[in-house]
Amino acid sequence: MSTRKQKSLVLILARELATNLATPIYIADAVGDLVYFNEPAEQIASGRFVERGETSINDWVRMLAPETVDGKPLTREEMPGGIAFAERRPAHGTMRVTGLDGTRHTVETTALPLFGPDGEFHGIMAIFWELH
Amino acid sequence: MLVRIWGCRGSLATPGPETLRYGGNTSCVEVECDDGTRIIFDAGTGIRVLGRRPAVNGAGPIHLCLTHLHLDHIEGIGFFAPIFDPATEVHVWGPPSSVRSLDERLARYLSAPLFPMELSDLPATFVFHDVEDEPWEIGSARLDAAPISHPGATLGYRLQADGATLAYLPDHEPAVGVRLDNLTSDWISGFGLAEGVDLLIHDAQYTDDEYLDHVGWGHSSISQALSFGAITAVERLLLFHHDPLHSDDDLDRHQALAHELWQGSGAPPELAFEGMELRI
Repeated sequence: MSTRKQKSLVLILARELATNLATPIYIADAVGDLVYFNEPAEQIASGRFVERGETSINDWVRMLAPETVDGKPLTREEMPGGIAFAERRPAHGTMRVTGLDGTRHTVETTALPLFGPDGEFHGIMAIFWELH
Repeated sequence: MLVRIWGCRGSLATPGPETLRYGGNTSCVEVECDDGTRIIFDAGTGIRVLGRRPAVNGAGPIHLCLTHLHLDHIEGIGFFAPIFDPATEVHVWGPPSSVRSLDERLARYLSAPLFPMELSDLPATFVFHDVEDEPWEIGSARLDAAPISHPGATLGYRLQADGATLAYLPDHEPAVGVRLDNLTSDWISGFGLAEGVDLLIHDAQYTDDEYLDHVGWGHSSISQALSFGAITAVERLLLFHHDPLHSDDDLDRHQALAHELWQGSGAPPELAFEGMELRI
């Protein structure tokens, strides 16, 4: 097989789904790197994926500066995406994040683990739904 | 290695006067390595004809690599003569499942009410292998397999032997709802299997117009197959899995169109036909 790093089919299909949705979607791989977000998610990220490219999860969390709606900082492990990644289960929550342009967004987020047909963990998918 | 096409029709066996030249049997491809190692990809109706060859009978274990378990890829297995010989050992390789073993899934077809015999009653000895994520060897051949985009668990294969490489992706829609040329290679289903091979056997079931009504069905248009072949920089592209509605005359036109549209670096693409032999 090619030595070039190839995304798993589960991630490829997740991205193709996200590409065709108006729902803001973020996808992280099995090591936790943010490997894709779709155009609707750019409004919250305040940046285009094609310009940012893949991002390590720590850089992503630092960028988002997540906090509770009461203003208490959230760790990666406390975010729904972090829970879905670490505990391999769906998680849901409401939080505030900061876009690249400094704008604060209050979002509801639901994250779910992505398991392949053989049970292997491939990453997570999360939606960020802005509350107005 | 020598590659023989025993069936290249997609979805449904299509015998008749309109399909005499390209053939009506469903997917089955035989690879014969220089040392005699023989690997069969898929058990569509083409495997019935292959099973009549003396060289296949009594010549050591038979290795059958299934891409997936859609009927057009397994329906010939019950008519493959060697399985009625108790001296035959058949190794069946196929996609893994976390729910049912490969033999349980195959037995759904090879059992009542769909088939008169049970899989367990067949005289040959069957050994089933869920394909894992690591390369493996069969005789002088080294194989890789990976899931590819097609409804249900489906594998593509890459085979290396005798200094040549072949990739077999007969049912494949490499990008659903997005353009291939908008994706980097690591996001293209099947890229790692097909990259740089000497021969790529790839799905080209639909014309571009037909594809518009079949997005998500798991098959490629001619243009998608050509793009995939060009992006993966294959030496030779064989278009496969012809739609049952396409006559020989239709396929002649597709061949001409494929030549016209081809932008890859390798040889112009060819359409597979039953009885075709290729040495790579």
